[in-house]
Amino acid sequence: MALTTTQQRLPSRGKGKKSTEFDNNKLFAWIWIAPAAIFALIFLVYPTVQTIIWSFQNGDSTKFVGLKNYATIFTSSNLLEVLKNNIFWLFLATAGTVILGLIIAVLADRVRAESVLKATIFIPMALSFVAASVIWGFVYAYQPPGQTQIGLLNAIVTAFGGQPQGWLSDSPGNDIALMVIYVWMWTGFCMVILSAALKGVPTEILEAARCDGAGEIRIFLRIIVPMISPTILVVTTTMVINVLKIFDVVYTLTGGNFHTNVVAMEFYNQLFNNGLGNFGLGSALAVLLLLAIIPVMIVNVRRFRAQEARR
Amino acid sequence: MSTVNPVEPGKVATIDLASTSGRSVTRKTTLKPRQRVLRILNSGIVTLIVVILAVVWSVPTLGLLVSSFRPGDLVQNSGWWSGLTLPWRFTLDDYQQVLTAQGMGRSFLNSLIIAIPGTILPVLVAAFAAYAFAWMKFPGRDWIFIVIVGLLVVPIQITLIPILQLFTSVNLTGSYLAIWLAHTAYGLPFSVYLLRNFFGELPADLFESAHIDGASHTRIFFRLVLPLSVPALASLIIFQFMWVWNDLLVALVVLGGNPASTPMTVTIANMVNSTTSNSNFQVLASAAFVSAILPLIIFFALQRYFVRGILAGSVKG
Repeated sequence: MALTTTQQRLPSRGKGKKSTEFDNNKLFAWIWIAPAAIFALIFLVYPTVQTIIWSFQNGDSTKFVGLKNYATIFTSSNLLEVLKNNIFWLFLATAGTVILGLIIAVLADRVRAESVLKATIFIPMALSFVAASVIWGFVYAYQPPGQTQIGLLNAIVTAFGGQPQGWLSDSPGNDIALMVIYVWMWTGFCMVILSAALKGVPTEILEAARCDGAGEIRIFLRIIVPMISPTILVVTTTMVINVLKIFDVVYTLTGGNFHTNVVAMEFYNQLFNNGLGNFGLGSALAVLLLLAIIPVMIVNVRRFRAQEARR
Repeated sequence: MSTVNPVEPGKVATIDLASTSGRSVTRKTTLKPRQRVLRILNSGIVTLIVVILAVVWSVPTLGLLVSSFRPGDLVQNSGWWSGLTLPWRFTLDDYQQVLTAQGMGRSFLNSLIIAIPGTILPVLVAAFAAYAFAWMKFPGRDWIFIVIVGLLVVPIQITLIPILQLFTSVNLTGSYLAIWLAHTAYGLPFSVYLLRNFFGELPADLFESAHIDGASHTRIFFRLVLPLSVPALASLIIFQFMWVWNDLLVALVVLGGNPASTPMTVTIANMVNSTTSNSNFQVLASAAFVSAILPLIIFFALQRYFVRGILAGSVKG
């Protein structure tokens, strides 16, 4: 294939805009994106459409039942609890990872052992959720009062004369216990990305603010946060998506018992652990996740368009 | 006009790092004594907070590490921290048990078989697409890109059943090929997103001169874009490898119950679920650590590229 362009386009650079576009065979570009597009169509677009259709059908997908599955979700107290848990997760776990990640990134920026600190915070990211669950089993383990506590938290509690707690079985605290695991794992991810953005904040601006007598907290809130807000959005979006899909921690530590069930866990139960299964109900749960994500998607598409326009 | 020279762009890519690492050194503000005391006090507090954070973050992992070397009866009857006091009683029995008796060795191998193509395939496919999105002009380019990035937010759960049916209809369920394809698809949106951002950041001048010299897109992609993007590619590879290696859900669904091809995450999860008492606790510790070792090695080996890659892909938000 002769792909070389014979035309020479003079660089029409104005105002630092990257304006290089090469004339070439339009078909050729499609060849480059075809594999990705095919994968996306088969594995992501098609299943999404299929799932939406199933969500309006009965348990074995033989007839349409309208909105019955959705009605079931919003009337069953069990499923409402699942939704409620997911919403708790969405706000607390997202806020926890992003805020802690931001704080640690800012702190790490000011200490000499920056790379050591970052590595320490990042290590849990390299662990599987399953490994993390085992690790936290050693933190949350419970033995009846009077016996030796092999869980770190209960050992501390009893050493101070308290009663051992069932951290993973006592609702509603057990939800928080699970979220702590998630935050422990994903804060490193947020920290690294936010830290990279922090490096882009010009030192001069910070120094000028300090000379004008601005306190560190004020500088953080009024200068650093606004300047890296696009990256904060990216990180927050990633976390929202992750948390909405939260599954592994719940699956391995409580299996959704003790009032810790979440949508993805219930979805899994409906489809795989429920005798013949209920495709309709499971699909409706999945569609709810998708709907919850749409506002986030709109914000991101807008950001992407703004970025394109600047280019 | 200059010829395409891979060395020259390398310089361009490192400038950022050099200028950012020196930033704290260039402070030359004159401070009043009181301010200086405050600043020293502040940095003391900051250091203290940082040390506390690092310790808190490490304690759970440390507990696992210590437990994995302790004899089973001790793990069940005493806290891991008591194992740190003399006399030490450490053992490798649990590791031996995990790697042999429980079929973990096979699972480790399965995880590798799944994770390596599950990492290379999506990065490669995404790199082609990302290049086209960044440097080619064709009808519908932005629209298609938006859809693919939008797919980043599709919950994997939504796709599982249709994919499972699709695989079953072509007899792929339970095979390695099925899970490779699945991970390629699931890794694609993020990979395209990250790489497109990075490719788009490359200096336009390079492409202009390369094109004027008559270099084709294929040549530019392999000789210019890929070498220039090593940091981004490395970071993406680490991310993708970690995700595939740590994946539980996709493996559970796509591989079904096929014991011959289950990865470590599934095997460990099964051990956890089948353990009602603490009878297998110490084995779980070793198993979890075995599963964590490889991602840790890869992370430490490529950490600098990792940070660099993220810097390049995300800073210009």
